[in-house]
Amino acid sequence: MGNTSSMLTQYDIEEVQEHCNCTFSQQEIVSLYQRFCQLDRNGGGFISAEEFLSVPEFAVNPVSQRLLRMLDGLNFKEFVAFLSAFSPRATTQQKIEFIFKVYDSDGNGRVAMNDMLEVLRDLTGQFISQQQREQVLTQVLEEAGYTKDSFLVLSDFMKILGNTGLKMEVEVPVD
Amino acid sequence: MSGSEKLTSLSSELDLDRPNLEDYLPSGSSIQEPHGKLRLRDLLDISPALTEAAGAIVDDSFTRCFKSNPPEPWNWNVYLFPLWCCGVVVRYLILFPGRVIVLTVGWIIFLSSFIPVHFLLKGHDNLRKKLERFLVELICSFFVASWTGVVKYHGPRPSMRPKQVFVANHTSMIDFIILEQMTAFAVIMQKHPGWVGLLQKTILESVGCIWFNRAEAKDREIVARKLREHVQGTDNNPLLIFPEGTCVNNHYTVMFKKGAFELGCTVCPIAIKYNKIFVDAFWNSRKQSFTMHLLQLMTSWAVVCDVWYLEPQNLKPGETPIEFAERVRDIISVRAGLKKVPWDGYLKYSRPSPKHREQKQQSFAESMLRRLEEK
Repeated sequence: MGNTSSMLTQYDIEEVQEHCNCTFSQQEIVSLYQRFCQLDRNGGGFISAEEFLSVPEFAVNPVSQRLLRMLDGLNFKEFVAFLSAFSPRATTQQKIEFIFKVYDSDGNGRVAMNDMLEVLRDLTGQFISQQQREQVLTQVLEEAGYTKDSFLVLSDFMKILGNTGLKMEVEVPVD
Repeated sequence: MSGSEKLTSLSSELDLDRPNLEDYLPSGSSIQEPHGKLRLRDLLDISPALTEAAGAIVDDSFTRCFKSNPPEPWNWNVYLFPLWCCGVVVRYLILFPGRVIVLTVGWIIFLSSFIPVHFLLKGHDNLRKKLERFLVELICSFFVASWTGVVKYHGPRPSMRPKQVFVANHTSMIDFIILEQMTAFAVIMQKHPGWVGLLQKTILESVGCIWFNRAEAKDREIVARKLREHVQGTDNNPLLIFPEGTCVNNHYTVMFKKGAFELGCTVCPIAIKYNKIFVDAFWNSRKQSFTMHLLQLMTSWAVVCDVWYLEPQNLKPGETPIEFAERVRDIISVRAGLKKVPWDGYLKYSRPSPKHREQKQQSFAESMLRRLEEK
């Protein structure tokens, strides 16, 4: 798609649709493109962190910084692929994969207790001490059969989150 | 304004005790309070936070407030296109020059009357003020005529009584001109550069103006004091305030700043709604300068709008100024058919205060600790 001209061709839409495994309909992709152009104010072809943070609803979210790391420099195709986990058509497996990626910040396929502590810190802020966080995490890990030195991989996440009925859906407004 | 704007943290200035944001935000999963003993999956399941973040990325109520919504193009077929071309010719080559002439004539009349009155009648303040008020109303009428403004005023005209302020929703600086042609208000404005600033300094001084500077943190207190002084004075023109603090696209209203509502006087709401069929009157200050905006208006068919002067409101016993502001915002929004959003208009220029995020963190932390206790 090169630089963000406001016209998407049918080929572009189909390419994006393939890239996101058809989790979005063509109309939704057109809407997402309008949104992408709206957020990408300087027309650089990707949405910068500043531009994301100019959306107050996003800026107040506790996990916004972690997500910004994943959203950095994405072009439109990758942007749609990023959001594909939130489509109603996405499988539970895809959603859990996404959550795993949020935890696995260095992308080595393993989530250590440290990663989990960091996310917990984002979510609880200053309202729980670091010590308490470690305590709670160690306790629930041990109850689930892990130790505080364990590494969790994707299959562990599938096992833990698999049958909880994950609700992670976003509706793309279509004119 | 384009590119990188200096995003300063005005967290100390943004009101901290606001109505609960959660009431307005679309939340599905955040309402559901999880129960039962805390397990590993509860800590790992960050899907509510992720869903909210993704929801904000896909669509958010704040950006919607500032989106220009141009009217649907209707010139899309062989029959309509030539009609539209004729329209363009009429608008640019007939109406526009005519309007420029009208405006020039108006300015000549105005300046040739205002300057003498201002300087020669220095001693006779009462007469001078009366004439200046009349002349300001006159030049505003000329401005309105220069866009072929068709304004329908509903409700009793504002009266010159002490201890009252007028508040209105804000779509463009022309709001001020449209209201001013009926009544010479004193106004509180952001200081602008260029020819607008010049007008502010000279002509608007005569009707009484208060300046503020968004970027300065201490400015709020100074302005609050000036407001109070103005409404106490019996001789001053009625004060017009736009509590949103920024231009919004006439489909939504953003949070009202409480400054106008804690002056201890009656608040008279005014609702303004523009008819978009003729022109989109929203001044998107990020996209165009005021001059371009005026030129756009002068090359459209007309500016059609409704102005409703609504029933004066007073602070109810036991009501805080913020609740008062929200109540008046509700009155105006209902009258003009606007949707309310819970955001501060100044978030255009700054980041949200960390308090919102801390609230979420606190509620999550509390829920977590509570569930830890359960067996």
